[in-house]
Amino acid sequence: MKPTDVKDPEYFHRVVDCQYACPAHTPVPEYIRLIAAQRYTDAYMVNWESNVFPGVLGRTCDRPCEPACRRGRVEEEPVAICRLKRLAADNKADIQDRLPIIPKKKNGKRIALVGAGPASLTVARDLMPLGYNIDLFDEQPAGGGFMRSQIPAFRLPESVLNEEVDTILHMGVVSHFRHYVDSLKALLEQGDYDAVFVGSGAPMGRDLDISGREAADANIHIGINWLASVAFGHVQTVGRRVLVLGGGNTAMDCCRTARRLGGEDVRVVVRSPFEEMKASPWEKEDAQQEGIPIYDNHVPKAFLVEDGKLVGMRFEKVKAVYEDGKRQLIPTGEPPVDMACDDVLVAIGQQNAFPWIERDIGIEFDQWQLPVVDKDTFQSTLPNVFFGGDAAFGPENVITAVAHGHQAAISIDLFCRGESVTQRPPPGVTLVSQKMGIHEWSYDNQIEDDARYRVPHANLDQALSDRSLEVELGFDAETAFHEAQRCLNCDAQTVFTEKLCIECDACLDICPTSCLSFVVNDDEESTLRQKLRMPANNPDQAIYVSEDLATGRAMVKDENVCLHCGLCAERCPTAAWDMQQFYYSVSKAGEEVQP
Amino acid sequence: MTYLRPSFRHPEQPINELGFTRKDYEGALSTLCAGCGHDSISAAIVQACFELSIAPHKVAKLSGIGCSSKTPTYFLGNSHGFNSVHGRMPSVATGANLANRDLIYVGVSGDGDSASIGMGQFTHAVRRNVNMMYVVENNGCYGLTKGQDSATADVGSASKKGEPNPFEAIDLASIALQLGASFVARSFSGDREQLVPLIKAAISHRGFAFIDVISPCVTFNNNPASTKGYEYVRDHLAATGTVDYVPFKQEISASYAEGESKAVTLHDGSVVQLRKADPELDLNSRRSALRLIKDYRAKEQILTGLLYMDEDSQDLHEIIGTSKTPLQALTEAELCPGQKVLDKLNDSLR
Repeated sequence: MKPTDVKDPEYFHRVVDCQYACPAHTPVPEYIRLIAAQRYTDAYMVNWESNVFPGVLGRTCDRPCEPACRRGRVEEEPVAICRLKRLAADNKADIQDRLPIIPKKKNGKRIALVGAGPASLTVARDLMPLGYNIDLFDEQPAGGGFMRSQIPAFRLPESVLNEEVDTILHMGVVSHFRHYVDSLKALLEQGDYDAVFVGSGAPMGRDLDISGREAADANIHIGINWLASVAFGHVQTVGRRVLVLGGGNTAMDCCRTARRLGGEDVRVVVRSPFEEMKASPWEKEDAQQEGIPIYDNHVPKAFLVEDGKLVGMRFEKVKAVYEDGKRQLIPTGEPPVDMACDDVLVAIGQQNAFPWIERDIGIEFDQWQLPVVDKDTFQSTLPNVFFGGDAAFGPENVITAVAHGHQAAISIDLFCRGESVTQRPPPGVTLVSQKMGIHEWSYDNQIEDDARYRVPHANLDQALSDRSLEVELGFDAETAFHEAQRCLNCDAQTVFTEKLCIECDACLDICPTSCLSFVVNDDEESTLRQKLRMPANNPDQAIYVSEDLATGRAMVKDENVCLHCGLCAERCPTAAWDMQQFYYSVSKAGEEVQP
Repeated sequence: MTYLRPSFRHPEQPINELGFTRKDYEGALSTLCAGCGHDSISAAIVQACFELSIAPHKVAKLSGIGCSSKTPTYFLGNSHGFNSVHGRMPSVATGANLANRDLIYVGVSGDGDSASIGMGQFTHAVRRNVNMMYVVENNGCYGLTKGQDSATADVGSASKKGEPNPFEAIDLASIALQLGASFVARSFSGDREQLVPLIKAAISHRGFAFIDVISPCVTFNNNPASTKGYEYVRDHLAATGTVDYVPFKQEISASYAEGESKAVTLHDGSVVQLRKADPELDLNSRRSALRLIKDYRAKEQILTGLLYMDEDSQDLHEIIGTSKTPLQALTEAELCPGQKVLDKLNDSLR
């Protein structure tokens, strides 16, 4: 195998599993260390630079970082990254003097943002400091997009959302709320914009067209619309018996909201097996803890109507059968199941919809009526129109929308400066030794052995009686410290210098997780992986291969369960091993494109 | 950062027959200099005991004074240990072994502890064939007192700040052979593939099993002019062959041509299989071993590997015919059977 090129920033980036898994590549270990040091404002700003909505995401993020967390492979559960982020947001001081300065003198370029969700707001956040004039359009009365309309207040207090949305709007964005853009053509022709960014989300909830749908219409609600109506105060009650159809996070938000609006017998009914539901495990758990049963393997067959009024639903029981990796739901043959209900909330998915984009203005749409968008530049086939967030590639989540926004902002800036959108600025990378002296390194490797700490919840009765009472209370500072100390500091990289190594084996002997080996290299990576002291059986994790050493062997490190404890460097007599902190920041709009 | 070892280990780490992992055989974190060969030897002992599925409470670790003699703290943290006076470990080991023949004795010493202050002790433990493994962690210098030449430093070898050594070296392996050790081997701390099976064989051997392990002192004696540095040893290393240790009950899978290999069955049924690199070696002949050591030395090579073993040797207990029950397990009535028995014994001698 070829020696590993650690000069390629992506190699060490991959080792920081949490950061690598995050769509916005937030430097997680960095801010967790700041939280442990009680430097909450600094931790918040590290987040804010990267993901723009730390307070929102610290409560509602889909947390792709956590399943990736190395701690989850070393023991049972990952570090509670998301909830630590929230602690930083809740405890930060005033950040006004840390925000970027918005130039008084503008650069003369005008940008329109359609939709005021996380993608558009991120574009604004990145372009306002560069001197752009930005107009923001949204049909809702306030900014935030689906963070406002679909995430219930008991998960995300309005004040938290307002603060983070306002931080961006106060940069001087000209917002046009309650303004539905009904024609992109008109916007382009009349607006005199240099570029338009479409971050209008995936605003159409899927309907369920089965028997009785029309007759029972008055009591059947599309989940995302219903949640928006609740958020804006148009809906304040719901029937006593509520069925929620669907197994995603929207279904979980619907059922929990229904419990708070007077639903006493609220049930979630889903086609797939429980384990395969799309909702995050913690959201399912929270719903169940509020007394909401989940009926899986039930396929809706009909809305039952009596005297023109919805009285219940009929389901067919199925079981999942797997063939060639494909799942089929086969009826079990049991008698159909009827469930009585007063209201049904349909949360079986959402779709993109662009009735307001004319098909003859140069934007190509594919067979699913999605715009053709470049996945790196977010540019559409009409060069001055960019897409991001759910509007680009279908429903995802807040953090993905933010990541799109950053990239789209780079493209828009390059485009407005007349440069190629494909020549993008490289990521900012630093790699710095952490050695300070004998037995002294500038990070704390005394990790906490404890299992993951649980976030305390509000009293259930109180939570159910107040729709806007936040259920999760967040960590207190002391618990957060212990949780933060569970982090392995995966950004403290083990860097190996071949020419210094005397092959004394000290690093092998001390390595707690046996991830180091001196072995003869092999042409085949798979063979080499098996030759190691502990076979490197996780193909998703890289192995770090050195040049051949004096004895003809190479140093091979399996990155999989390295604890980043630094003992290899500590026990190395020649400093062939060094612990170097790796900092990777995703490129931002306005940064220089180097040749 | 704190100098601490995290408690997590590889989630797929193997488990031995007793249900233990290697962690159960570890000791405290070493305080020796970074890169010390002794730490590799400690790791090899941990590995060997883990692989042999030895119950940690059945092991007694004994040592004297010196860097080497500190190491029992760094392995087998759940075993018995005794850190004796400088050079006096062999007596303590002999006494302990006589009192409780049921334990496994692991003696760890250094070139100073065994070849200088404890030379007289060492020789007597050898000739009595005390049932123990005796490991000398041999770095050719007194590391704990800033690297003066020791009695095992080769003529002409110089430590980091030293003059070339004018005195003849004591070769402990040759002395052990001459004094009747029933298992003699030499190894190198940087060669764990060789060292681990040797330790396993030495522990399984009944009688005095001696391993002289060259173990570079990175701080004082790892310079180009030294014959006990990593580089010199690697460049001048020769091996009698490859040793495989095959535990009892496990089938011997490798087969070698006649003459190239020798299989020795130990008293516990396990087998030591030596694949010879030098056909001259006769594993059962002290003369062969002594001659080869000298021959390789003349070629400026260090001969490592298994040098000699007598699998039928009689250990101290067998030679003097002690009770099969460990002395420490005998009751007072058995140990002091009274006037009548004494009178009878005296009568028998009249």
